[in-house]
Parts: sequence; structure tokens; C-alpha cells
Amino acid sequence: MKKRLATMAVAAVMAAGPVMADLVFPSLSYRTGAYAAGGIPFADGYADYFTLLNERDGGIGGVMTKVPECETAYNTEKGVECYESLKDSGGLVYQPLSTGITYQLIPKMTADDIPLHTMGYGRTSAANGKVFSHVFNYPANYWNGASVIVNHLLEQNGGDMKGKKVALVYHNSAFGKEPIRTLEELSAKHGYELSLLPVDHPGQEQKSQWLQIRRDKPDYVIMYGWGVMNQVAIQEAANIRFPMENFIGIWWSGAEHDVMPAGEAANGYKAVTFHAVGDDFPVFDDIRKYVVDKGLAAGAGDQVGKVVYNRGLYAAMLAAEAAKKAQEIHGTAQITPSMMRDGMEALEITEERMAELGMPNFGPSFSVSCENHGGDGLGAITQWDAAAGEWKMISEFGPSDMDVIQPLIIEDSEAFAAESNIEQRCN
Amino acid sequence: MFYREAGDFKTSYVDDGQTFPIKFDRYRYYFVLFVAFAMVPLLINDYWVNAIFLPFLIYSIAAIGLNILVGYCGQVSLGTGGFMAVGAYACYKFMTGLDIWIGGVQYALPPINIFFSVILAGLVTAVVGVLFGLPSLRIKGFYLAVATLAAQFFLVWLFNKWAWAYNYSASGQINAPEREIFGVAITGPNTEAWASYLFCLVIAAITAVIARNLTRGASGRKWMAIRDMDIAAEIIGVNPLKAKLSAFAVSSFYIGIAGALFFAVYLGAVEVGEAFGIQKSFIVLFMVIIGGLGSIFGSFAGAAFLVLLPVLLKLMLADSTDTITGFSTVMSWIFLLAFAAAVVMLVINVIRTRSLIAGSGVGWIFASIAAFMAYALTIGGMGWPTDIVAHLQLVIVGALIIIFLVAEPHGIAQLWRVAKEKLRLWPFPH
Repeated sequence: MKKRLATMAVAAVMAAGPVMADLVFPSLSYRTGAYAAGGIPFADGYADYFTLLNERDGGIGGVMTKVPECETAYNTEKGVECYESLKDSGGLVYQPLSTGITYQLIPKMTADDIPLHTMGYGRTSAANGKVFSHVFNYPANYWNGASVIVNHLLEQNGGDMKGKKVALVYHNSAFGKEPIRTLEELSAKHGYELSLLPVDHPGQEQKSQWLQIRRDKPDYVIMYGWGVMNQVAIQEAANIRFPMENFIGIWWSGAEHDVMPAGEAANGYKAVTFHAVGDDFPVFDDIRKYVVDKGLAAGAGDQVGKVVYNRGLYAAMLAAEAAKKAQEIHGTAQITPSMMRDGMEALEITEERMAELGMPNFGPSFSVSCENHGGDGLGAITQWDAAAGEWKMISEFGPSDMDVIQPLIIEDSEAFAAESNIEQRCN
Repeated sequence: MFYREAGDFKTSYVDDGQTFPIKFDRYRYYFVLFVAFAMVPLLINDYWVNAIFLPFLIYSIAAIGLNILVGYCGQVSLGTGGFMAVGAYACYKFMTGLDIWIGGVQYALPPINIFFSVILAGLVTAVVGVLFGLPSLRIKGFYLAVATLAAQFFLVWLFNKWAWAYNYSASGQINAPEREIFGVAITGPNTEAWASYLFCLVIAAITAVIARNLTRGASGRKWMAIRDMDIAAEIIGVNPLKAKLSAFAVSSFYIGIAGALFFAVYLGAVEVGEAFGIQKSFIVLFMVIIGGLGSIFGSFAGAAFLVLLPVLLKLMLADSTDTITGFSTVMSWIFLLAFAAAVVMLVINVIRTRSLIAGSGVGWIFASIAAFMAYALTIGGMGWPTDIVAHLQLVIVGALIIIFLVAEPHGIAQLWRVAKEKLRLWPFPH
């Protein structure tokens, strides 16, 4: 019924005069549930950037954009419903912001010829474009994140980590388990001792893990957490007086809402990131002018400039740039998901381009190729300043140890190719 | 008038003992089967299958399984999620080739056909179910619920920890590779909508028929005797060991099959904590309670209710076509107010009459609710913010569970029975 009326409505519009269809960027968001604290700012940032493009530039290449939202609550079953219900809307690229939903969508979307962008999450070995034709995880992935953290620790220890103890507190799911292999390889290379402390969904109960940390006294704690788990972990760390500057989170564990509940005690907590933090960029002036002040902001409009908001903004920027690239390659403003995929594969983000967009040095410059869907894997370290109430970058974007990561990517992706009978591309 | 026993003569014991003794019921049953097998597969697309039919059929199988245990045998279980996980991981091992390591050498079976993988997964789950059913011989009621709750947490922990179960994959996820029956893909990304639908439908139909006959036969009567009073049952010669453990075995077999289909056909990729957590145990239990304890039809009705309602609410409230605006805002308010008034009146009516369908104005209440739903679906959704709708879903589903428990503790199946009783007398109720 619904579909028929929709078609009738479309037919009526078509009869009135030729109108170009919008470019659709579906947002599988989660504004409810245990992970909403991170889901809301990301969804807001993603939607606001496309609103900005519509209001300021009249869309992308003269075609307006549209961001239909569907609530997944970080739940794979709802994710399926959302994907299927948005599939017919002509969505160009999907960003589910959930590793579980990503795993499920990878084979489906490859079969449906729609690209999937999992920025800093999802299946890490999807960086191998030879195997994963429709999945992209530029500019950085979980293993890059782990390696950048270890590099930071190496730097602090003068390049020698022999005999140091490192504990990994992780969300007991595909997301949290991803870095284990990399950290183990790096531990063999650099000689630190790694212990693993899983935390079960949703992560509100962590007493025993932190008791163990208090007993074992590791030199450093690395955290792969998301949602309510982060706040609890930082509070627990504060309770046992673990030195915050030795506690480092992945980029999903380093936002304002994660550290705020612990107050002053969270001061000095660190996190790795693949994009800039803060709202000191020209693009935010435009967002205030064209989006917030006009009352068009997504959600409550109070997230502008927060860490995860910036990430949503960055994801939207990369998607919009890829769409532009696709329009260039195929010489048409009305691109299809298949064309979008070509655009993403040919994407090149340079310093000049980011400066033009009002986001100078917002992220590292990188380029995507047929073989490499993962970018260069650069990351930086940020630190929470509780007094000022803001995250500060304390390092430049630095490289990760690709000598260790690349063989792991090849190994895992080739195992997947063998399991699913995928022929390698790009030859 | 049409729905009656009169004139439907039974001339043999087989006729007399059939599942649907009333002709009208029988033809309705054949009609439903005909629509499900012959018409639906021609009409459905990916959305209908993946968002509605697959979850409905799979949850129905799980609900039938749990209903056998809770509704027929009276043994409360909160381990459904864990048993579904056993089914899913067993199915994964069978469909990718079960491997065993003896003395450092790997011996592997070839991958087994997906249909038999699902059945074998059910059998493995039945064995696990019997193991965790053993405490039921000593403990009852809430204490048994806690014992099965332990099964839930233990099994989820096990499949997180035991790398062999997920073929040592780095992330602990299991992915269903493409598997075919008669050259038609059933699992994997290239599945046609009708193929996965029919596969689940066949299994659901077979399991439902078997369950219906089991519960009508000797074993079902033993289960019900145990449920109603186990000491009395023991005195009249029902062996509680056999009866309780067979209920656990059959129930777990069904739940294992549901778990296998849930992973292999429906989701395609699963991680145990997310997909088979305690939430699963509760939702299947709610299906059984809302649908009706001790009723096979109730299992289907409960599954349909809890699968369809959230999707329906989302389609009604969150989606929007944003092509029709302007005139619709005034209309929307009118319908919405009528709907809100109807909901308030429904609640008052439930409190006043202690029933969902008694009371004089109840027809108007349901008519205005239906009118609002029809209106919302016709305009393609009210376009409300997704988070508000998600919260409303929880509120509405929760409220309905309460209303059902207050007004109709025997669930939808009882409403169905009452409707049939009324139909039998219609149109001359006196």
C-alpha cells in the first residue's frame, strides 16, 4: 500500500515537470539504547554536513542531497530491517556505525552492488580491496589504531617496551576482539606483556576487570570500548587511582560524554584519533550560519564541535567528496550506488582540498586505490583536559606499523576469500 | 452459520480424531497453507522476507519450542537465547565441515547440506537441552528459571571463549557461506527472497505439525499432567524423569533449529553476545505469554505480534515519503487525536471490564485505532524523529504486554478461542 502510494506520488511529481531525484545518503543511526551517547553526535554530524551542502552549495554537483534516518539501536536485526527498507530509496553509501551490522552487510551489499564505508570500524581486513570490492574503511582501521597507541607508548619509553605490562580492556564482541591479534604480534616484536580483559555488552559491570587491574598493576591500559562501557571504565579507573595518562582508548572511547561523568578525575585520559578535534575550523562557521541558526540542525543541535560529531561530519565530507569524484568520472550528476563505488575507489583527499572545504588539517591526506581501501592508516593522540573541558591533540598524525598490519590484513582477507569463493580483483 | 459441527458427520475414528474437526477450520487451514506456499512466494521482495517473514517464521519455531516446555510441561526456562546459540554454532560447524583434532592432526567432515545441518543442529541442541534440563528433576518454578538462566550465561560465555566453535576467526563472528539445495542458494548473499522464505516455511510447517500432534498424543498428555500437578502425575504412572527430559529435548530441538535458521538464513553473520543474549530469552518468553501458554496457534500469534508490531510502528510513525505535505498536517492531527482518545478509552475499558473485547463501545475504539493505522500507512508514515518513535515502540509494546497480562492472561490464543465460540453461535446467539 505504502509503496503504491509512494509511486503514485512520484508519478504525480514527474507529471508536474522533470525534477532531478536527490542523492540519497542513508543514515543507520542509533539515538536510543546503550550506545546512543556515541550514536547521536555521529548521526547529527553526518546529517548536518549534507544540510550544509544543500543550503550553501545547492547540493553536490547541483543535485540536492537527502539523509533518511533509520534507528537501529545498535541491533543487528533492526539493522537488517533498516537496510532493506532503505535499499529501494537508492542509497549511495551506507555507514552503519556498528561492527556487528557491518559484518552482516558486507556480503549482502557486495551482491547488491552498493558500497559500504566503515570509517575506523567494521572488518579491518576489508582494507584489502582485492578481496572486498564494495567495502571501504579509509582513512584508518582498528589495527592502525592499536599500532598508533603502541607507537605512542614506545615514544614515551624511548623505543623500548621490554618487560612493560599492557592490559587491553575490550568490549567482548567482534569490535573489541579485532585488535587482539595485532597487539599480540606487536608484543612479540617489542617485548611487552599483554593481558586481555573482556567486558560483556553493554559494559556497565566492570568491577572484576578493574579489580584485576589493581592487582596486576599493568603499566598501561588500552581500551576498546563504546557506549556506556567507556564512562564506566574511566570512572572505575579513577576509583582505583590508575594514572590517567597511562590509560589510552581507541577513537570510539575518546569523546566528551565518555570523560565528563568522571569529572576532574578523568584529567589526562588519552585517546587515539584519525581526525581533528574541536570546532576551530572555518567549516563550523558555515554550519552555524547555514544550519544551526536556520533551525535545520539534526537532533537537538547541541553536539556541534564534539569529537564524535566531528567524526560524523568527516564521514559525510568523505562521502560527499567521493560522490563528487563519481560525478566527474561518469560525467553525470545523477550517480548510482555502483558509480559511487567507483568514486570512492578513486578518492583522493589532499591538504588543499580540505582547506578549500574549510577543514584545513582536519584529517590526514590520503588516497584510495583498487588494492588499498584502507588509506594510509595515520593516527594522532588526543588528551582530555578536564579543567578546560576539551580534548587536545598532543601529537601529529603519525604512521602505524604497516610491516606488522599488512601481512595480517592479507592473511585474514585471503581466508575470507577462500571461505566465500571470491576471486581477487585489481590484477 | 458456517462455523458449526452440525451436519459434518464423522464415520471413522481417524476422522473423529483429526486436528481440525470443524470443516470451516479445516478449509481455513488449507487456505492458509495454500496462500503461504503458493501465493506469498510469488509476491514477496527482499524487504518483506528479511524484515517480516523470516523473523516471524523463525521466532514462531522458537516460540513453539518454548511453549512445549513452559506452556505444556510447565517448566520455566530462561535459557532460550543460549540454546539458540547452540543451534547456530552447531549449524555453522556442520555447514562448514566439522573438524576434530586428534593428536595434532585435523580430521574434518565434508560440509553437510544446509537442510541436514539445520536438523543436526537441532539434535545437538536437544542433547544440550537435556543436560541443562537435569536440574528440573529436583527444582521447580523460580529456582528452575534461575538454573536455566545459568545455562543462558554459560553458553554465551562458552561461544565467546571457545575458538573452535567459530573456526578460530579473529573477530569471533561466524559467517554463513553460500549453501544450496537443488542448486538454489538458501544461505549467503545471493539468495532469492522466495528461496529463503520457502526453506523456513517448510521447516516451520513441518515442526508445527509435529508439535501439534505430539501435544495431542500420549507424550503431550504426560507433559500436561506434569504441568498440572507433578505428584499426582507420578502416582497415575507418568515417569517424571522421562516426561520432563523429553520436554526439554523436544523444546531444545525446536529452539536449536530456530537458532540455526536465525543465523544461517536470516542474519548471515552472528556474534553470540549480541544475537543470543538474555534479550532473546525474554522476547521468546513474551511471545509465548502473549500468544498463549499451551497453544501452537498462540506461538505463531505471539511471534507475529512481537515481530510485526515494532515494524508496523516504525512504518506508521517514523518513515515519511515527504512528497505529500501541506494538506496532511491538519488531517494528521485529527487522526492522531482520534487515535490518542481511542487508546485512553481502551485502557479505561480494560480496567473497567477486565477484558480486551468486552464492553459496548469497544468496536469504535478498535475502529479508530485501525483508522489511524490505515491513515498513517497510506501517507507513508508520520515522519516523526526516529528516536522518539524508538522510545514509543518500547512504551507501546510494554503497555500491551501489561494489558494482555491484566485483561487476557491466556493470550491471543484465548481471544481466538472466544471468537470461535461466538462464531459458532452466530448469528443466533440465544
